[in-house]
Amino acid sequence: MPEQQTIQARRSPDVKEVHILWLTSGLGCDGDSVSVTGASLPSIEDVVMGAIPGLPKVYLHNPVLAYDAGEEFMKAFHQADEGTLGPFVLVVEGSIPNEEIKAEGYWAAMGTDENTGQPITTCHWIDRLAPKAVAVVGAGTCATYGGIHATVGNPTGCMGLADYLGWGWKSVAGIPIVNVPGCPVQPDNFMETLLYLLNQVAGLAPMIPLDDQLRPRWLFSDATVHEGCDRAGYYEQSHFTKEYGRPECLVKIGCWGPVVNCNVAKRGWMGGIGGCPNVGGICIACTMPGFPDKFMPFMDEPMGANLSTAGVALYGHLIHWLRGFTNKSANKEPKWRHTGPELTTGYEPATYGNGHERSRK
Amino acid sequence: MTTTLKPPPATGKLIEKSWDPITRIVGSLGIHTKIDFENRVVKECYSTSSIFRGYSVFLKGKDPRDAHFITSRICGICGDNHATCATYAQNMAFGIKPPPLAEWIVNLGEAAEYMFDHNLFQDNMVCVDFCEEMVRETNPGVLSKAEQTPAPHSNLHGYKTIADIMRALNPFSGDFYRQALQVSRLAREMFCLMEGRHVHPSTLYPGGVGTVPSPQLFTDYLVRLMKYIEFMKKCLPLHDDLFDFWYEALPGYEKVGDRRIQLACWGSFNSPDDCDYTYKRMGDWGKSMTVTPGIVIDGKLVTTNLVDINLGIRILLGSSYYQDWEDQEIFVAKDPLGNPVDRRHPWNQTTTPKPQNRDFSDKYSWVMSPRWFDKRTGDNLAMDTGGGPLARLWATALAGLVDNGYIKATGQSVKILLPKTALMPEMEVEWRVPKWSNTIERDRARTYFQAYAAAAAMHFVERALKELHAGNTRTWTDFKVPDEAIGCGFHESVRGVLSHHVVIRDGKIANYHPYPPTCWNASPRDSLGTAGPYEDAVQDSPLFEENGPDTFKGVDIMRTVRSFDPCLPCGVHMYTGEGKLLEVHYNPMWGNPNAK
Repeated sequence: MPEQQTIQARRSPDVKEVHILWLTSGLGCDGDSVSVTGASLPSIEDVVMGAIPGLPKVYLHNPVLAYDAGEEFMKAFHQADEGTLGPFVLVVEGSIPNEEIKAEGYWAAMGTDENTGQPITTCHWIDRLAPKAVAVVGAGTCATYGGIHATVGNPTGCMGLADYLGWGWKSVAGIPIVNVPGCPVQPDNFMETLLYLLNQVAGLAPMIPLDDQLRPRWLFSDATVHEGCDRAGYYEQSHFTKEYGRPECLVKIGCWGPVVNCNVAKRGWMGGIGGCPNVGGICIACTMPGFPDKFMPFMDEPMGANLSTAGVALYGHLIHWLRGFTNKSANKEPKWRHTGPELTTGYEPATYGNGHERSRK
Repeated sequence: MTTTLKPPPATGKLIEKSWDPITRIVGSLGIHTKIDFENRVVKECYSTSSIFRGYSVFLKGKDPRDAHFITSRICGICGDNHATCATYAQNMAFGIKPPPLAEWIVNLGEAAEYMFDHNLFQDNMVCVDFCEEMVRETNPGVLSKAEQTPAPHSNLHGYKTIADIMRALNPFSGDFYRQALQVSRLAREMFCLMEGRHVHPSTLYPGGVGTVPSPQLFTDYLVRLMKYIEFMKKCLPLHDDLFDFWYEALPGYEKVGDRRIQLACWGSFNSPDDCDYTYKRMGDWGKSMTVTPGIVIDGKLVTTNLVDINLGIRILLGSSYYQDWEDQEIFVAKDPLGNPVDRRHPWNQTTTPKPQNRDFSDKYSWVMSPRWFDKRTGDNLAMDTGGGPLARLWATALAGLVDNGYIKATGQSVKILLPKTALMPEMEVEWRVPKWSNTIERDRARTYFQAYAAAAAMHFVERALKELHAGNTRTWTDFKVPDEAIGCGFHESVRGVLSHHVVIRDGKIANYHPYPPTCWNASPRDSLGTAGPYEDAVQDSPLFEENGPDTFKGVDIMRTVRSFDPCLPCGVHMYTGEGKLLEVHYNPMWGNPNAK
């Protein structure tokens, strides 16, 4: 008798229900929430409606999609704070401002404090909820590393989640902060990461593999933009465009792809369509911890590209020249495809009669 | 008079209700009201935003070529509108005219943005307030009536009764809700074909686009567009049935969210036939846009001239957390035509944040108060965008300038041609100027504008292919950044007027002020005491919800606020639950424009 197998589709998850509490009230633009509505692998509906086998029942509390408003919406956040909600994953969107640098007021807030009538700051929510969450996920480059709003000269002193909670921070379940960068986050990258965590909570997956910048390894660590870019062949042959709207490599006009961890060139933006350098957009390094300051001005050739493109020039031109011959040959059909009474394919017809009769039964 | 708010009749006891945050919008908005439940009317409303990020502060000193990459990040649903508007301002400042094909590609991208964004917002956010689950909670009487009311266009959309439509709109479980989510993805794919990625595009630049034109590009777009148009042929009659029913089921509903007609539209879809990005000719080339810029006051078209529109913009403070700039430098004293530019114009604004506690009798929002100065009367008008589509359709209809075969503006309506698709014949739909600038008409206009954008895209595909077939495949024009320059861009973000004003000195950004629609719509009371459009539209608005104060959901207020399509990466507050009983009686402070 073969050993009886429990199929995953019938297995009861270790944790039956999980809430997703999504704070969009960092210094952001809600672009990550909007982006995620575009995901299809999996889609939000797939996860919320139980279309993926083995997952806990998921309750999504995201202000962009919520049915309720105001205090009705805030109820789950207050319950989570009081410890009565049940297991939850905290998703943070937007960078975390420094509320300590001013005398009063707020930079970012969600909801109103019943007692004071003042807004409840986003920092306060993170302080209250992060210690109780099964996992904390940063959605987008603002929440993960600070992003645009943390650029030099910014008035709010904002930062990423790990800068705020600490890079060694771990959840009650022992999971480090999970960073899914991107400005905005690539839709399927985020949903796939969330799905992994839900599988982990369900007992179906081991600890999520993260790199030293706390990014899911399989999405960000295995390849640079350039390594997945369908224009990389132009780089190899030293074909660099000096103007936008051409099909060649964009490195000379500002593309940072060769040094940026991101899978957008391979994956496209949605449904395999769009992206950045693959469709004519320079990579401005929007997934990186050093974004944006280390990559500005965006439209200039990146530091270092001058050297590397000079290095590839001799080899590239030579190889392209040689490939030209092969390509020319490859563009010609073999000589035996022709009309007329003669067969020149190499087959010797013994049964055709007169050397050109048609084959018969 | 700068507002239409009238001193109200004697009132009953006021109960404070706040909603913070307002959900199913983009950004952090709170609405804070005082409600007279005996007379079922909202007496006071305050709109607050709870986030400050400081774009105008940190743009200073940056390379002006980076402006569109940075300002795209202002908004997470219409970031591309910002990027586009920023490139318009860059083109003016740098003195560039992009190749025609680049303009058609941008127009196709922006048309897809309208198609996606209105679709997602209308059917996955706004219409949840009209869905069966919500109506059962707030107006069971209306739901019973909906069960008995056949849908007039059921032959087109397939839903027998109005209640069937409402069920189809229930979040996640409703099939039209799910279909709309899918269609929003299809439209975003169209967007990504042209602008690379959503919502912050990768292929826009000053001087044109990086998109590589080919027959494949436009075929991939067109095939999806035809599917979208087929969807619109069901979507449009479905919404008409729903909104018409609302007026019928709740007589007087036209007063909900009604405000004086003060609609602003900055125009959309530049035409390369005419637009050269010079300020001096801006008044002319603005009129060849496929959505006509215009100011509509009390139903009359006041101007369609972008120079007049530009010079009339004023940024007032009053209730927001900023220091005034009366003592700061004037960056632009005169525009390139020699007209004086006001100190309170965005070119001359200096942003200095001053965080402080929230106080509804003083400062309560991070949003400033943009107004439009009407030189005929001397009023600083709290213009609104009608959520975008209402102002766009209204201005375009009255101007009567657009006529491209797919769209015709007639002077009192806009006719839209939806060509034959796989399963449906050709259809012509007509949006007629409505009687009110109210909640239902803002929502109705949104669906019509989806059709408008699709029809406009048909025209753009044809024009783009013409360029391609003629061998004009360049999509970018080179340029040099001048040491000293000014520029402005005017566009319609999905939810309404969008302007970017830039001042360049020593080749760097010396001043930059973007004004998105929500700054206009969600603005708090200004220094002259004029309430912002949300506040104004909610104040004195009747309430039709059947619930009393204890179980009050505020659905009529939510519908009104959402009808403007709020997009504040900012805030509106209402407290629910029992509410706080106030000993305050109504004080008609908004009758006096100078009250503070």
